[in-house]
Amino acid sequence: MTSFSFYRKLASLLLLIVGSHSVMAQTPPPAPATDEPELVEFDTSKTRSIAVPALVAPAPVDTAAGNSAALGRQIAEVISSDLRASGVFETQGPNGLRAISLGEVTAPQFDYWKGRPVEQLVQGFVRVGGDGNLTVGCYLYDVGFGNETTRLGFNVPPREWRRAAHKCADAIYAKLTGELPFFDSRIAYIAETGPKGKRVKRLAIMDSDGANHRFITNGQSTALTPRFSPNYKSILYLSYVDGNPRIYVYDIDAGRQRLITQSRNPTFAPRWSPDGQTILYSMAVAGNTDIYKISASGSGTPVKLTTSPSIDVGGSFSPDGRQIVFESDRSGSQQIYVMNADGSSQRRISFGSGRYATPEWSPRADLIAYTRIAGDFRVGTMRPDGSGERLLTDSWQDEAPTWAPNGRVIQFFRTAKGSGKTSIWQVDLTGSNERQLPTPVDGSDPAWGPVLP
Amino acid sequence: MGTGIAVSAFRYYFLYNFRDTHAGKPKEKTMKTNTIKMAAILLASTALVAGCGKKKVEALPPVAEGTEYAQPQPAPPAPVNQIVPGSQEDFLQQVGQFGDRILFETDRFNVDAEDQATLQRQAQWLALHPNARITVEGHADERGTRDYNLALGERRANSAKNYLTSIGVDASRIETVSYGKERPSALGSDEQAWAQNRRAVTVTVQ
Repeated sequence: MTSFSFYRKLASLLLLIVGSHSVMAQTPPPAPATDEPELVEFDTSKTRSIAVPALVAPAPVDTAAGNSAALGRQIAEVISSDLRASGVFETQGPNGLRAISLGEVTAPQFDYWKGRPVEQLVQGFVRVGGDGNLTVGCYLYDVGFGNETTRLGFNVPPREWRRAAHKCADAIYAKLTGELPFFDSRIAYIAETGPKGKRVKRLAIMDSDGANHRFITNGQSTALTPRFSPNYKSILYLSYVDGNPRIYVYDIDAGRQRLITQSRNPTFAPRWSPDGQTILYSMAVAGNTDIYKISASGSGTPVKLTTSPSIDVGGSFSPDGRQIVFESDRSGSQQIYVMNADGSSQRRISFGSGRYATPEWSPRADLIAYTRIAGDFRVGTMRPDGSGERLLTDSWQDEAPTWAPNGRVIQFFRTAKGSGKTSIWQVDLTGSNERQLPTPVDGSDPAWGPVLP
Repeated sequence: MGTGIAVSAFRYYFLYNFRDTHAGKPKEKTMKTNTIKMAAILLASTALVAGCGKKKVEALPPVAEGTEYAQPQPAPPAPVNQIVPGSQEDFLQQVGQFGDRILFETDRFNVDAEDQATLQRQAQWLALHPNARITVEGHADERGTRDYNLALGERRANSAKNYLTSIGVDASRIETVSYGKERPSALGSDEQAWAQNRRAVTVTVQ
């Protein structure tokens, strides 16, 4: 094939896969979500091996994010890292794999890859367009069958090259597991420094793999319990900036924040409704904490959802927005309850030994994650009716689970006995593949946002 | 009631000594001397407690070596003639060592007889200084989840406030704030440290 005919073919291919969209052209069709409460588990015995050679950069040029040839290798590294970290795949490359030619991108040498051996092969290219943007092509091949499984193209500004890599990894993950994607998402959390008696706590955000880290507050006042809005435009969090615990909505682009409700009472434990229209929060009046909701627009009056003289706190909407799971010590100790979104029909669902706290409804609706306190703190899951309780972690103090957008991985934070040092961890629903997330300093209160559009 | 105050005075003396000993990096000799001193104080307070059957002594075992304590309240040993009446220093001097705080059992927020004695002395000081205002800070130990502990700190601060108002302190003079588990006073991860951190501390507003 002459290079001219190759580029002509490539150009038509790009038209096919990129279409007319400018940003993040395509995402894989979502796998059907299951409504049945059965636990669907990863079959780790079926771990698949995937080779990810460096993406080819035809006619390499410098971009705002470095040379496109280097980006080709870095994108392959992120794809490989994402897939490996999911615990479902073993990956090879790009280090240790030979460079592929441009022609191989669409015509893999299957016999060569069978000999590695690998079952799946990811190949692709990075091209720099006239507008300076990157076009990233991503192809998945089944080496055994010798055919193409899926292909995607993404057009991104150079500084967002990692998103193209995450989108590619998401497509491969979704195709091979039948699960929904989750790599191209972000995390808000609290970065911690300083000694235990004088901890500095700052609001911070990062990509799901810890990259693109950014501090938002400077640490002069304690920040706690952030939550990304579903559209990633703002963050709910607690700040002591005026000396008292209060929930603020921080506008990320504008760099401004406002109180969610004008009240002299302390407000805490903020959560968004799945559609981003409603904010759930807890407020203490004369020492008694109850759960309220209010319009996220800042207008309207708060609606009180609980009335017991005990501590009713926290809360998390079901994905359809019709129910809320929350914690209450009305029985004498912290336990998990479910109510309708208007506060009606409150019923306890946790009946195991110990106390149950910080319930979070899975984005898939099938499970509720929580902190179980029985001596040590452990993260577990149960069905919304309270059945099928399972503990996923076992440490001195694991707390505050937050769900990956596909409902298959849970993040939480771990506190060390004595030193009080904190770190962010994740574990999959089988309780395996537990690993620590890289953060520049200690981290707590993680909150995982949805998959980016 | 008198016994209650005596017990708490002993307890606070014990804690105060210990804290001072362990601030920074203590020398071995100092630690040994103080361990003996503390043992004696502990025995004395145990005897008192046993005698009157009041608050559990289990909350006060000698702590493990190496346990560090924060520097909690600013109580500089300034000469008496420099203390301004109505100031935080004056308050701390008048209510006695650790008379600025009451302690709670796990997940509890009730004010017992010993706590009442402590709060009564705070109320006496407030009666002497009618322009003084206070903030009651509610705290929880680290063995609770964050949001629940904020709610628990609120309960504890309000328990102290409610008792103070019940004995005549005007509610408008008392603010409350919860710090949950964010500001531990004792830094260990053991029952002894947790017992000190489940507290409501009265601070004067200057």
